[in-house]
Amino acid sequence: MQTGLEDQLGLYQKRIPIFTRSVKGRFRRFKTSVLVLAYAIYFLLPWLPWSRLDAPAQAVLFDLPGRRFLLFGLTVYPQDVIWLALLLFIAAILLFFVTGLVGRAFCGYFCFQTLWTDFFIWIEHKIQGERPARVRLYRQPWDREKVLKVGGTHALWMLASLWTGLTFIFYFAYAPQLLLDFFSGQAAAAAYITVGILTLSTYVAAGLMREQICTYVCPYGRFQSVMYEPETLAVHYDARRGEATHGRAAARAGQRTLAERHEKGLGDCVDCGLCVQVCPVGIDIRDGLQYKCISCGLCIDACNTIMDSFSFPRGLIRYDSEKNLASPTPAAPKLQWKRLKTIGYGVALVLMTAYLGYSVATRGNFDRAVNQIRQPLYVVLSNGDIRNRYQIRITNKAGQAQTYVISARGIPAAALDLGNFSEITIKPGHSALVQASVWLPLAVAVQTQHFELRITPLGKSVEARSEIVRFDAPGKRP
Amino acid sequence: MSEQKLQSQTVQTTGHAWDGDLQEYNNPLPVWWVYTFYATVIFALVYWTLYPSWPLGKGWIGGVSNITYVNSEGETKTHSWNTRALLLADLNKAAVTQKPYFDKVAAMPYEQIAQDPDMSGFIISAGKSLFAENCAACHQAGGQGVIGFFPNLTDDDWLYGGSYEKIHETLLGGRRGYMPAFSEVLNGEQIDQLANYVASLSSIGHDATKATAGDVLFHSETAACYYCHTSDATGRKDIGAPNLTDNIWLWADVPAADTAEGKVAAIRGVIAGGLNKGVMPAWSGRLSPEQIKVLTVYVHELGGGQ
Repeated sequence: MQTGLEDQLGLYQKRIPIFTRSVKGRFRRFKTSVLVLAYAIYFLLPWLPWSRLDAPAQAVLFDLPGRRFLLFGLTVYPQDVIWLALLLFIAAILLFFVTGLVGRAFCGYFCFQTLWTDFFIWIEHKIQGERPARVRLYRQPWDREKVLKVGGTHALWMLASLWTGLTFIFYFAYAPQLLLDFFSGQAAAAAYITVGILTLSTYVAAGLMREQICTYVCPYGRFQSVMYEPETLAVHYDARRGEATHGRAAARAGQRTLAERHEKGLGDCVDCGLCVQVCPVGIDIRDGLQYKCISCGLCIDACNTIMDSFSFPRGLIRYDSEKNLASPTPAAPKLQWKRLKTIGYGVALVLMTAYLGYSVATRGNFDRAVNQIRQPLYVVLSNGDIRNRYQIRITNKAGQAQTYVISARGIPAAALDLGNFSEITIKPGHSALVQASVWLPLAVAVQTQHFELRITPLGKSVEARSEIVRFDAPGKRP
Repeated sequence: MSEQKLQSQTVQTTGHAWDGDLQEYNNPLPVWWVYTFYATVIFALVYWTLYPSWPLGKGWIGGVSNITYVNSEGETKTHSWNTRALLLADLNKAAVTQKPYFDKVAAMPYEQIAQDPDMSGFIISAGKSLFAENCAACHQAGGQGVIGFFPNLTDDDWLYGGSYEKIHETLLGGRRGYMPAFSEVLNGEQIDQLANYVASLSSIGHDATKATAGDVLFHSETAACYYCHTSDATGRKDIGAPNLTDNIWLWADVPAADTAEGKVAAIRGVIAGGLNKGVMPAWSGRLSPEQIKVLTVYVHELGGGQ
């Protein structure tokens, strides 16, 4: 048996700490703006007011005890779970679509693990300084400076984690009140448990585990690799340009300009190692595309900075496709979408998004469920007439109280008996039960298979909805 | 191979040596396992303190955690933690929520309850579960009854009257339906004539000659059917004598018989054998007045009014 890597290293390898160097550039700017935007939305949204008649004035509120989600002007009830299903489908297809086009863009720019890790590294950088300072601090013994700096970093991480957890629960109750309750010990146990778990998991994931979450824990990162195609744009090192015939070499005297280097057969890579130092997952992109790469683009920024300083052309590390890099005459990298898979995902995305939009825009203001009472299916009355009974549940989903009128079609008007409730007024978000009886003479009853029960909101006949119901009589077989 | 492997391994020993050279390998348990074990020991100690744990004579050590709940009377009750107390707390929580509704039921007249949408919803749900627990064993889940045994509550024929007051009276005091067995006073011929007459009242196929004779017998002092069923055979609700002229059958299973002869035979059986099984128990001692009132409105909703 050959000795494998596992035997050499042991099954368990201690994590090698990563100290990322900060970098400036196009991708860093994009990442920062996504971070600021995402944080602004996540942390501020629960505080956005929105006036409502029957609910707390909070724009986004997941009202679990009330069994409804309040999203600005929209109230979502459990019956609308199909929207959630659609949303999840759309999210999944969007991930497939984007990954096929530009690789793990989600991982690199939008994933909350990346965002929070980025923010935590920013805190670390502000307190402990740039990469060399942090490496030095890591190696020095536990003196006063180290205790203060490292302790301060962890304390700030904890604080950021706590506020992350708190913000999460603000979405589930009226935020200003919940904040007061939380710190005066009045909030529900679930609030403390949720905040505790989220604080701890944020601190551990973004502060301590970082790239290990992406490498060992996250399934998405792994299965996105399967969606790569030869045409997919990904962060690549142009090895042909960088290594040339005699490999990379530092820019010493005599090999500083491109002309000198090309003459010696040296590549354009000056082996400064900056691309490795800025990498949040601690890989060397020059080893080729690898599963740990979250495609954040920071090595592109780093390399471009160096290329600029040497006045070499940019793009030694760049977004490009495997196919283009392998071709004898590489063209300028461009987005290649004319593939069956990409177009298919695109069409599916458009269709589902359109349907979701249509469904939300045209949903009725009330829900109805009409059930025939099945025990007994029919009753023979003393004069031989047949009676069927129905239970009608109406849920008012509109923002104000509404009166509903129930009528029948396909049977004589006098046959429908609604007891005491020919009209019923229902408060917003509430539902009501109405028992309806239908009496038909035996001769008519055996002719009647179905009829229509119509529920009309008073004054809004456009919104009326009908339900076809069965009518049962003796001698009829289902 | 295995010998080679053993020799090459450097495993720690416990340090003791017996009989000169007998040594014991030291293979400690994994650290995570040991700490998990300690954690379970601490968990057990906390658990014993909080919850019922050790048997003690005929009882047990209760534990320091308590369950406190408020019952529908507004009293606060505290038990040491156990699953039965947990159930009681749950039941009382429901009772406290229902109390305002039951109080309203007690205070409101029947018609008002039936017209209030909120109360009507409560009657439909609370009445349904009360009915399922107490009434459905005989009258079936939907109140449709069983022909030959238990009356149908969903039709418009009421032996003792279908008003709120009458249904309430039936529920409170129960009922006992009785009809003597006429085989003791009448011969088979006469019973057959009566059966044909009763069939004719509901337009069921019958022998006209026998029915005419049965008509005479019905109104005679020999059979004296009209005492209870009245001379036009429409029955008497004060004593629960059924109306014989309508399409509703409780005791004779007429709807099940396919032929006219079969239907007449079913009626004949009831006249000959009489009835002594129409017993409805009284509920006044078993259910609270509010529960009986809820059931009254619920049953009235099923098919009452007449």
